[in-house]
Amino acid sequence: MKHLKLIRRIAASLFFVPILLSFLDFTGKLPEQLHVLIHLQWMPSLLTLSFGSLLFLVLLSLVLGRLYCSVICPLGVMQDIASWKSTWFPTRKRKRYSYAKPRNFLRYSILTLTVITFFSGSSLLVMILDPYSIFGRLTTQLFRPLVIAANNLLVVPLSHIGIYSLYKVEQLPFVPLMFTISIIFFIAVAVMSWFWGRMYCNTICPVGTFLGIFSKFSLFKIEIEQSSCTQCSACETKCKSQCIDSQAMTVDDSRCVSCFNCLSVCKKGGVKYAFRYAKNQVNKKTVAFSEKTDLHKRTFLMTSGAVLVGAVTAKTRVIQGAQDSYLTRKPIMPPGAFDAAHFHQHCTGCQLCVAKCPMQVLKPAALQYGWLGIMQPHLAFSTHVYCNYECTVCTDICPTAALKPLTVTQKKVAQIGVAKFRKNICIVFSENKDCGACSEHCPTQAVHMIPFQNGLTIPEVTEDLCIGCGGCESICPVTPRQAIYVEGLGVQAVAKKPSEAKKFEKKIEDFGF
Amino acid sequence: MKRRDFFKSAGLVGLASVFGREVFASVNSAESMLVQSSPDLVAIMGGEPEVMLIRALKELGGIQQFVKKGQKVVIKPNIGWDRTPELAANTNPELIAALIKQCKSAGAKEVLVFDHTCNNWQKCYQNSGIEKAVIAAGGRMVPGNDESMYREVDLPKGVNLKKTKIHEAILDCDVWFNVPILKHHGGAKMSITMKNLMGIVWDRQFFHGHDLHQCIADIATYPKRPALNFVDAYRILKSNGPQGKSEADAVILKSLLVSRDYVAVDTAAIKMFSQVKPTDLKDVRYIELAEQLKVGTQDIDKLNVKKVKL
Repeated sequence: MKHLKLIRRIAASLFFVPILLSFLDFTGKLPEQLHVLIHLQWMPSLLTLSFGSLLFLVLLSLVLGRLYCSVICPLGVMQDIASWKSTWFPTRKRKRYSYAKPRNFLRYSILTLTVITFFSGSSLLVMILDPYSIFGRLTTQLFRPLVIAANNLLVVPLSHIGIYSLYKVEQLPFVPLMFTISIIFFIAVAVMSWFWGRMYCNTICPVGTFLGIFSKFSLFKIEIEQSSCTQCSACETKCKSQCIDSQAMTVDDSRCVSCFNCLSVCKKGGVKYAFRYAKNQVNKKTVAFSEKTDLHKRTFLMTSGAVLVGAVTAKTRVIQGAQDSYLTRKPIMPPGAFDAAHFHQHCTGCQLCVAKCPMQVLKPAALQYGWLGIMQPHLAFSTHVYCNYECTVCTDICPTAALKPLTVTQKKVAQIGVAKFRKNICIVFSENKDCGACSEHCPTQAVHMIPFQNGLTIPEVTEDLCIGCGGCESICPVTPRQAIYVEGLGVQAVAKKPSEAKKFEKKIEDFGF
Repeated sequence: MKRRDFFKSAGLVGLASVFGREVFASVNSAESMLVQSSPDLVAIMGGEPEVMLIRALKELGGIQQFVKKGQKVVIKPNIGWDRTPELAANTNPELIAALIKQCKSAGAKEVLVFDHTCNNWQKCYQNSGIEKAVIAAGGRMVPGNDESMYREVDLPKGVNLKKTKIHEAILDCDVWFNVPILKHHGGAKMSITMKNLMGIVWDRQFFHGHDLHQCIADIATYPKRPALNFVDAYRILKSNGPQGKSEADAVILKSLLVSRDYVAVDTAAIKMFSQVKPTDLKDVRYIELAEQLKVGTQDIDKLNVKKVKL
């Protein structure tokens, strides 16, 4: 039994390390396949309707309990690592927990509210509360900048002595709203886990609450053998879920995350991970316990549900109506988003695409999409920052299908916006000077140069060829408002394939001079 | 030419300059005459990149004329775009690899290759095929994306561009080669040797905002000039430059132009290009502006031009 904890730890590292690295890697050298582990996360599986992984996760919870929260969920594992290593701080001894009553009203209302808002078309709560997405945000907003800063500190001295294997990496664009939300969550999760163990997971996290419904009936569960229990409470003080009541000799299975820490501390060997439906006395007690809570839950669900449906849907509409006044132009969704409604409902703001975008053109939105779209990615062009013509990274890795996969051929005609030319501020028009930087950077030649005056050429946009990559806007020397810029689309379209130039067939035999 | 022959003729030239050429004219072989009047511009046609490069260097007296033992060499190709070699948006990787091998054979301590790319630099280095070719040939790729690697230099002869930041690889090397590809260009009309210099500077947007042609001419006044300019015309980009849209924009000319004179080699390249797509030299304004700044000459008929068909 004692090795169960070790196995759990090894399994957790196998999930945690690759997921962490896929958010931290700024070189793009890590194999893209690593993110398959992210596809096994609960919310991504649900949003992509991957029945395989959903079935696996439900079965896992029905057989072994909420192992998901101890092994697969990176936010859960991160909390475990933090509390495991908290003994590094000299003032702190190993945390001793004690049994706490379940906060059923709170956790089931959060779960209900999340479900209701989602089906009324807003993923705001899913986005804010989904543990995987929180982990993604904490990592990209708080830890990744530190890693990049460390890299950049080393680059300059190394390049001066002729070592170019490290290179300078730009930090992700700073979005104050995004950073603030991440800091708040970091502090909240840290404080909760410092004092109350897995409180986030057992009170706030809708995924944890949902899986708890299954783990209540799991085939295997932690149980206290009454015959050997001396009520010493050693197991209780070890239980970060605060779900062992050593006096009553009960375990609240809906909150137990199957971490197995309690198994090894019982000197009598009285804490066991055992088959629930074996015929013995102990089980009856826990079953009775969970039935009692079920009753609470049902009443709650019925009342709160009815009230909330109306309230939330009404509010959603009001906010969406006010959205436009924030914008100076329509925001640009990443390729593969296709339709704004689909995109906003499926994106959980996990920041994986933002972290992985090799051009760093993706940026978490502040209010560009309105309040319901905060933290979701949009394209922000700046010098040399635009969407790469042949790159499909964001559509390949999006774990929630907010961005649908595109092939390179599809990507090359995926119209995410349309370039608009403001002739009167263009250098060619206003200063009578050659420029053409926009056309130079246009991969489809939707922006091309046509004759102007005095032998000059001036840009022209063929809109149905334009894919909205922003190459033109990113290089336009007119500041602060560029003479050519990209206007986003609510529904993305397919651009025309650029026509090929006429092939030159004649053979050149002379030098020409 | 053998090293021994070179010393022999070099010695003769030295003596000739002291005692008067006519005294030694009788003992000079045809081959050693070549050293005396090394061509100003070499044009090769009809071979693979490496073959043409070796031939051009032979006409110019061998790589040893330009690279000495233990020197730090920099090669500046055009790697501006995330495009494969068939699209003729970047310099031919075989040419770069061949030049690195030549430099190494002359005893170069190290050969660095970089460009301040327009697209994402890692993708450009990778998809142009240049990174792979450089590493295989024993050179090293240097990033060009980092402003801290650029240092400011004055350009006293510049008209609009009085100072600019140039990559430390160029600033700190002993000798460098400018190796652009011959391309049509939407903004500058043509992209050849002088346009390729925009890849050694940090702030290119200044160029676009302050008369592109004048700034290109201005950067060509930078006194640390490349030992040679190699214009890769093996596969040229005839239209939709500088990126090209498809292979239909590329034309195979199997040619290579080499000169120390920016203006002369750009002029020759435009004339060669005009056979594919007629281009008026006057429209490429930076050519004339550079000539006015005494960067070089458009009058290639007055130069010693060596043309070789393989």
